Amino acid sequence: MKVFKLRKGGVHPPENKALTEDKAIEIFRAPEKVYISMAQHIGAPGEPIVKVGDEVKIGQKIAGSGAFVSAPIHSSVSGKVIKIGTYPYPVNGEMKTIIIENNKKEEWIELEGIKDYKSVDKKELLDIIRDKGVVGQGGATFPTSIKLNPPKDKTIDTLLMNGAECEPYLNADNRMMLEKAEDMIEGIKIMLHILGIKKAIIGIEDNKLKAIQHIKELIKKEPMITVAILKTQYPQGGEKQLIKAVLNREVPSKALPAEVGVVVQNVATANAVYDAIVKGIPLIERVLTVTGSAIKNPKNLLVRIGTRFEEILEYVGIDKEKMQKLVMGGPMMGIAQYTSEVPTLKGTSGILALGKEELNRTETESCISCGKCITVCPMGLMPLMFAKLGRFEEWKEMERYNLMDCIECGSCSYICPANRPLTEAIKIGKAKLRNMKK
Amino acid sequence: MKKLFVSPSPHIRTKETVKNIMWDVVIALTPAMIASIYFFGMNAVSVISVSVLSAVVSEALVQKLMKRKVKISDGSAVITGILFALVVPPALPWWLTMIGSSVSIIIGKMVFGGLGHNVFNPALVGRAFLTASWPVAMTTWLGTDGKVGATVLGTLKQQGMDNVLSMFGTKGKMYLDLFLGNVGGSLGETSALALLLGAGYLFYKKQITWHVPVSYIGTVFVLTTLFGQDPLLHILSGGLMIGALFMATDMVTSPYTAKGKLIFGLGAGILVTWIRMKGGYPEGVCYSILIMNGVVPLIDRYTRPRVFGEVKNNG
Repeated sequence: MKVFKLRKGGVHPPENKALTEDKAIEIFRAPEKVYISMAQHIGAPGEPIVKVGDEVKIGQKIAGSGAFVSAPIHSSVSGKVIKIGTYPYPVNGEMKTIIIENNKKEEWIELEGIKDYKSVDKKELLDIIRDKGVVGQGGATFPTSIKLNPPKDKTIDTLLMNGAECEPYLNADNRMMLEKAEDMIEGIKIMLHILGIKKAIIGIEDNKLKAIQHIKELIKKEPMITVAILKTQYPQGGEKQLIKAVLNREVPSKALPAEVGVVVQNVATANAVYDAIVKGIPLIERVLTVTGSAIKNPKNLLVRIGTRFEEILEYVGIDKEKMQKLVMGGPMMGIAQYTSEVPTLKGTSGILALGKEELNRTETESCISCGKCITVCPMGLMPLMFAKLGRFEEWKEMERYNLMDCIECGSCSYICPANRPLTEAIKIGKAKLRNMKK
Repeated sequence: MKKLFVSPSPHIRTKETVKNIMWDVVIALTPAMIASIYFFGMNAVSVISVSVLSAVVSEALVQKLMKRKVKISDGSAVITGILFALVVPPALPWWLTMIGSSVSIIIGKMVFGGLGHNVFNPALVGRAFLTASWPVAMTTWLGTDGKVGATVLGTLKQQGMDNVLSMFGTKGKMYLDLFLGNVGGSLGETSALALLLGAGYLFYKKQITWHVPVSYIGTVFVLTTLFGQDPLLHILSGGLMIGALFMATDMVTSPYTAKGKLIFGLGAGILVTWIRMKGGYPEGVCYSILIMNGVVPLIDRYTRPRVFGEVKNNG
């Protein structure tokens, strides 16, 4: 059995997946109020198309944008729009948010699914995927319809399904592969049809053996789909890293995967595509892992978009004295929250409540040039240089050290024995360079 | 509600700290210290303790004077103290040990800004300083029998290989004594066995890589063979082992990347052979490393790793 490996760098932090890997997905109750943020995806935020006082149903479109990179947003409950205003946003600061009071009637819009998708025009299928608000479920939340419609001058031959879930703690994708694999496989077939290709590979790390076995069993009758087993190593789920590991193709600097004939999609995105096309259901809920040492009963939950973290934390039992950091996403790339009032988004794959021993905060020391950050960098960069140059505001020089190629995986900061602010320097440098170009 | 920490990702980090790394090196130097005490007795005990004490005290004093946090517990001054002791003659008077060790810390490290900022290996700076200022004391060697005598490399330089062989009797006995450390020389440089044991530990703990030692020692092996000399003799005698395993592998003063480390070792190997063959000194490890320390920034500049996606080789 061939096992694929991350070709360059990477780290292997304690996995901490055992907390939730055997916990079946539980449906979390629809909240009294949902707080639906207008930026659920990468690209232009949506503009509300409902007003205060409007009655809405589940799945009803409540916001949209004419911009190319964007996706509409739908109500995740039935009820009344009670407020439209700014509200804490888990990515940064605050964002325009539609607050809907749940009338508990669970009234859905009329759902129109397509049973025989092969008879429908591909353009129309892409429009449905966009219209149903489907965005990447891995965390980057790029609108799926755009990724499934690569530039015409690029020849695509492989759809690479990302089931690596290389972030420690998280099991959302793992549970989807175990419990919703049938729909997932149908979703993959729909995407293959849209791309007009015949090869899909599902990459899964070898710390998820049950999922690997389950999917392998199910795809016995599917000649177009295979599984690639990956040796667990962070950040193998990075698009460029996954393509290199499985196909040994290297996406050129600053280019997209289409350049090497590949489209990468998260495994759970296939379920969203299936729901949108076959059942006509828009993206209004998702599975996420709630875990960390400050959580009493870590779980995998199916949660409506716009549910405040606070309610979820209460449900799973939170030790507020113990919790030092609240994170949306995984511990390596997730975003720290200043309040638990923030709502879930389409890309919220996890909620972590971390305690002291997990954070392992220490003093920052001088760089001892050990070079470990260089060894672990999956992009072949020299993170220590960014920290050194950043102190002198040498942004241009940072660019000459290929700053813009950094994928911000955090491996360098993780491994640094001196606890240098490497990722911080990189993020600041990138922002400065972007501003200079404006 | 209790305040939450907010910072950019990642939110977890390795358990390893600078302190761990430094104490790992101290552990790795223990076999060499034990060997030096075994072969040179109380002389070793006194040189090592005076050296470590002077290093730690002078670092603490400088940090106090500079109004910085005193960080002697990070172990780096202890390492410099031990390393300095291991590369000086066993009979060095205590006050010279004190001066040399303090110079190592103050001139070799603290004036550059402390741990991580020094360009040259601190212990070697101290050694070079003493060699220039007190050349007689720095070349008065004791044999393991406690009598004053020439080192193997000194004999080789002045009297030739035949006289070296007559020191030991047979070639086999020569290699064995050199490997175990049963010869005259600096305190901790003589026992290749003890040094290899310690380096093995650092290698196991991933604090050093093979690149510098292999390219350094390999270069000396090849070049001395080309000069028609006994390569094993050159590798096992003098300071090459301690230099290649503990000095040239110092993270702060060696290149970042594997390629850079190979070049560093190659350069040091050429220099040490050059000094031993053509230079005025019988030994050149100290200067070979100090000179290469000086060119590390240049090496780093030209040995950047290949950036992912940099070369388009798909078409």
